[in-house]
Amino acid sequence: MDTQSQTAIKGKIRTPVRMTGAEAVVKSLQNEGVNLIFGYPGGAIMPVYDALYSVQKELHHVLVRHEQGAVHAAQGYARVSGKVGVAIVTSGPGATNAVTGIADALIDSTPLVVISGQVGSTLLGTDAFQETDVVGVTQPITKWNFQVKKAEDIPYAIARAFYIARSGRPGPVLLDITKDAQFASFDYVYEPVNYIRAYKPIPDVEQEQIVAAAQLINLSKKPLALIGQGVILGGAEQELREFLEKSGIPAAWTLLGLSALPSDHPLNVGMLGMHGNYGPNIKTNEADLIIAIGMRFDDRVTGDLKTYAQKAKVIHLEIDAAEINKNVHADVPVLGDVKETLPLLTQKISPNSFPEWLEEFKACYRIEHDRIIKHQLAPLKPGLTMGEVVDRVSTAFGDDAIMVTDVGQHQMMASRYFRFKQSRSVVTSGGLGTMGFGLPAAMGAKLGAPDRQVCLFVGDGGMQMTIQELGTIFQTKIPVKIVLLNNNFLGMVRQWQELFFDSRYASTELINPDFQMISKGYHIEAEKVSEREDLDAAIQRMVNHDGAFLLEVVVEKEGNVFPMVPSGASVSDIRLE
Amino acid sequence: MRMKQEFTISIFSENHVGILTRITNVFTRRNLNIESLTTSMSALPDVHKFTIVVYSTRDEIEKVSKQIEKGIDVIKAFVLTEDEIIHQEVALYKVPTKTLLEGNEIEKLVREYGARILEVTKEYTVIEKTGHQNETQELFDKMDKYGVVQFTRSGRISVTKSKDELLDNYLRNLESKKNGLTAN
Ligand SMILES: Cc1ncc(C[n+]2csc(CCOP(=O)(O)OP(=O)(O)O)c2C)c(N)n1
Repeated sequence: MDTQSQTAIKGKIRTPVRMTGAEAVVKSLQNEGVNLIFGYPGGAIMPVYDALYSVQKELHHVLVRHEQGAVHAAQGYARVSGKVGVAIVTSGPGATNAVTGIADALIDSTPLVVISGQVGSTLLGTDAFQETDVVGVTQPITKWNFQVKKAEDIPYAIARAFYIARSGRPGPVLLDITKDAQFASFDYVYEPVNYIRAYKPIPDVEQEQIVAAAQLINLSKKPLALIGQGVILGGAEQELREFLEKSGIPAAWTLLGLSALPSDHPLNVGMLGMHGNYGPNIKTNEADLIIAIGMRFDDRVTGDLKTYAQKAKVIHLEIDAAEINKNVHADVPVLGDVKETLPLLTQKISPNSFPEWLEEFKACYRIEHDRIIKHQLAPLKPGLTMGEVVDRVSTAFGDDAIMVTDVGQHQMMASRYFRFKQSRSVVTSGGLGTMGFGLPAAMGAKLGAPDRQVCLFVGDGGMQMTIQELGTIFQTKIPVKIVLLNNNFLGMVRQWQELFFDSRYASTELINPDFQMISKGYHIEAEKVSEREDLDAAIQRMVNHDGAFLLEVVVEKEGNVFPMVPSGASVSDIRLE
Repeated sequence: MRMKQEFTISIFSENHVGILTRITNVFTRRNLNIESLTTSMSALPDVHKFTIVVYSTRDEIEKVSKQIEKGIDVIKAFVLTEDEIIHQEVALYKVPTKTLLEGNEIEKLVREYGARILEVTKEYTVIEKTGHQNETQELFDKMDKYGVVQFTRSGRISVTKSKDELLDNYLRNLESKKNGLTAN
């Protein structure tokens, strides 16, 4: 499938063309440069599907197996391509099935336009068949939503939806279009939106803040930069490197900041957060300056706020004013798009380096390596560890694949042990932690970056939350590589039960189906490995296979992810075992 | 910053459906009680105004107002304190006309509190008082001794004392930026 040619040819159409609302939906998507959408039909959206039928060559529709899959796929597509992902669903259950994905996209700042069909406008409010107050339901989980009841409002609503979804801090937008608006005919014109009076996507940069931030940086002895997804969303990877390389400041990334910098960059000191690396966590509480770059101090990153970074002044570079001081007080807030603010800051700082401070991170790494990493990567015991599987897979892909994960232990292991060379190489559900995200998001990622390998790590639990999307992978021929790390447990919950609930494994053991058989039932090649000596060869066969592939790896049943900052504890109380 | 006090948040928005729930949701999510809420037109064409009174810390209210401003069609939210605004509420009191005729206490209260009588029928009399909440409340407490059968008070409405019209300036600023935008 050709998705490469989507260079947003955002078209104005000034001469009116007579068409139906449904045709206007399709035409407007095309005017926004969309050539791929994910969806599932039903009564209230049928006119739009009918209009899609006429443009199949230019606007591909991927038929998923569940609306949650459509939204997650659109998310995967958006995250790797930087474009707006589009999902289209019917009213009532179609729209409510989309809710989880929309919530996930909001909290992870993913640009989406979700279009739901709605019952005819005369039926609104009457409990009509498949009528749900979708605008009400999705109000708290969208950046903006709107109900369209007249065909002539469709072009402006769609233009506005795309502008809002992609600008500033991106997010999901939902348009609920009544069936009569889809049927009605009107004179279509199209004008892209690039201004909304009440909406200020990017705050003005204040020079004084840049100067104040530069002063703090120039005085700091132990600075630490925290890299969030804002760097990736702003396309500021190069600006980040220039800032770090001039300042010599060590940088740690959040889960969503992964791949904003190459894994092996000398200033990259690893991952923050609950299962992040030892160094960046404990050094947060020793640093005298924290420079937060496009991140939001999520509680999984900060642990206990009262003890968090108490020795540090905080500079917060952020596009969303509501994030400033939300969780952590910013001594110097630097509002703006980091693509704009980072170079301004780089200009103002003196070249520097912190060899001793960096050495402290290396010492921490050696401790972590000794206590944890080497036991994951080169275990002496029989059972395969998740860490070694991730490491072998990463090597086999030349560290160059897009890593997609589901949620759980494997997600943390994948984030810890996969290596990245280029940006936009990670698709994972961070803020919402949505099990079932992985498989559909991997499909979307592959369609959004057809020239790159896409590798999904998924647990035996999460796999079964959206397993039906194997049908989409088969039908649409999406060559994703699926590594199913099977511990026959809801591993992450089991780990918490072991550590905090006296090993009382309440409802976390899974009796699983034959995943290979299921995969093969969908005509997707599959293999199962449980011995170390078979692993590399099997991975190689997966990499070389032309098409989708499921590799089930049986891993140790009761492996744990460490280090760990127990929830509510201070980041410096990170546990190594 | 940590002391709780009363704040009046003046929110200006486009006049679109659904904004009210977006705004009130910010309070609900933070488990903040809204003391009073009024909506009306503003002096500017197409600009709608919400006046919300809440009791909280400065710190929290600043966060709330920024989250409100994230609403796409919200133009601006201003956090104001007692000293920055002139504000009023209207209260209506319904008393049986009989009580009014039996003594002169209610009449005296009406005069003392600068209230006025809106309507008198054989059965009931409706009295109106405009003022601060403590004033309308005080009048209620005093009058209720003689029997108030209905009492209702509106939400707060307010205007700022400042010479500068904050919203006008803000909008003018936006318009000039917009013109810059379309020019290139
Ligand atoms: C939709 C949803 N339900 C429940 C959870 C809670 N939860 C978090 S991790 C986890 C276990 C995941 O198990 P599995 O998919 O097998 O992955 P593993 O942790 O074993 O790698 C659960 C149940 C969640 N994150 N999402």
